Amino acid sequence: TPLEFSQPQVYHSEDLLTPEQKIISHNNFYEFGSGKSDPLAQSQSFKVDPWSLKIDGLVEKSLTLDYDDLYKSFELQERIYRLRCVEAWSMVVPWIGFSLAALIKKAKPLSSAKYVVFETLYDPDQMPGQKNRFTGGGIDYPYVEGLRIDEAMHPLALMSVGLYGKTLPPQNGAPIRLVVPWKYGFKSIKSVVRIRLTDKKPQTTWEKLAASEYGFYANVNPQVDHPRWTQASERRITSGGLFTRNRIETQMFNGYPEAASMYADMDLRKFY
Amino acid sequence: MIKSVRITAAHTFWIKVTLHLVALSLLLFTYYQAFSDQLGADPVKAILHFSGIGAFNLLLLSLLISPLAKYLRQGQLVTLRRPIGLYAFVYAICHFSSYLLFELQLEWSLLLSEILKRPYISVGFIALLILSILAATSTKPIQRRMGRTWQKTHNWVYVASLLVALHYIWSVKSELIQPIIYALVLLALLVARRTKFLKPIQSRFNKRTKTQQSKKKLA
Repeated sequence: TPLEFSQPQVYHSEDLLTPEQKIISHNNFYEFGSGKSDPLAQSQSFKVDPWSLKIDGLVEKSLTLDYDDLYKSFELQERIYRLRCVEAWSMVVPWIGFSLAALIKKAKPLSSAKYVVFETLYDPDQMPGQKNRFTGGGIDYPYVEGLRIDEAMHPLALMSVGLYGKTLPPQNGAPIRLVVPWKYGFKSIKSVVRIRLTDKKPQTTWEKLAASEYGFYANVNPQVDHPRWTQASERRITSGGLFTRNRIETQMFNGYPEAASMYADMDLRKFY
Repeated sequence: MIKSVRITAAHTFWIKVTLHLVALSLLLFTYYQAFSDQLGADPVKAILHFSGIGAFNLLLLSLLISPLAKYLRQGQLVTLRRPIGLYAFVYAICHFSSYLLFELQLEWSLLLSEILKRPYISVGFIALLILSILAATSTKPIQRRMGRTWQKTHNWVYVASLLVALHYIWSVKSELIQPIIYALVLLALLVARRTKFLKPIQSRFNKRTKTQQSKKKLA
């Protein structure tokens, strides 16, 4: 379905967009299978309406958004962001969504809230990957992600409901997903049903699975390698076949230096 | 009732023709798709996966031949081992050169550091080196010239195949099921050769006990 949205100049980009066909056919969404093309193949009957997104925990006013609220409660903007996967490929995606900070503010966070925990829908009947450990990549579902409260309140953090002018396809995390452009893609949790504010650092899904490879922060950082491959460069997925010269250098914080101040006193080798 | 069928040279000739047709056309067709951007969103990853899995499949198939020939009592089948093994090598070379050309895009220093730094790439590279030696010594004249060392050299295929299994297991993020199935198939093929592996150990053990016995007698 087409969406109505504004196109603020600050969120425009000179980067060449990844073609829509590639964005919607190359997905990591293990709930629908662990292969890159599984999510497209297995998610097309996924039901997103009715939906319920709950914001609770350490807030003054917990709230629940239903399907229509996702599109009507906040002003929708188009933001072109680079998406850098931890697997060393990247895309440029024209997302449509609203600021996560606006959503959290609406629930009036308590000063005791230090972290924000996100949870994907758990529905094994609709998500075959959740049904058994063999197709779901051995993940303990539901998928959980987390941010520090200041990261969640950062103006770049986006709740996305669409891409390329239309509502999100299921394989990209319909009806609503997180997008944190300065972090590796797995932080940008899909099909979110719950956002909980807490005072304890949550254990996130990939951290639980392999803490030495996937940290809580997961900031894009060309100086800290994944144990099994380099993160110094990446392959940008655009159009063209095998001979496309698409290997580019990875930028610190994925080229979003405005995120840097949040980590000023931190050793990013330790807190990777 | 079927009378026992003898597989003749004519049969294996046609099996070989089919092998060439299938292995080559599949390879060419998939590369054509990748070059023309018809192989999913990331043709580089797709071609790496295709050639890697293809090489492993062919390697397992080549290891299946001897036990199968023995079990079916069809000696002629053994002539299929060489072309299948060579195709495993061809696919492995495609896998490696696609990694260098399309994944690393000819960054030679990165290639070197990745081979040295990443265990799963190191073992894959060692396996490729072994397969290259086996391929280079695969012709009849060389086999004749090498005499008994030829068999010893080509026993390294077992080491190579174990390294390939390890390479596959270490390369995935969390979806271990398929690589583990491959490793189990390989182990089954190695178990089928247990007498071959046990013989040298046994003969050494026998020798030792014999000498010990003779020493005892002397004492």
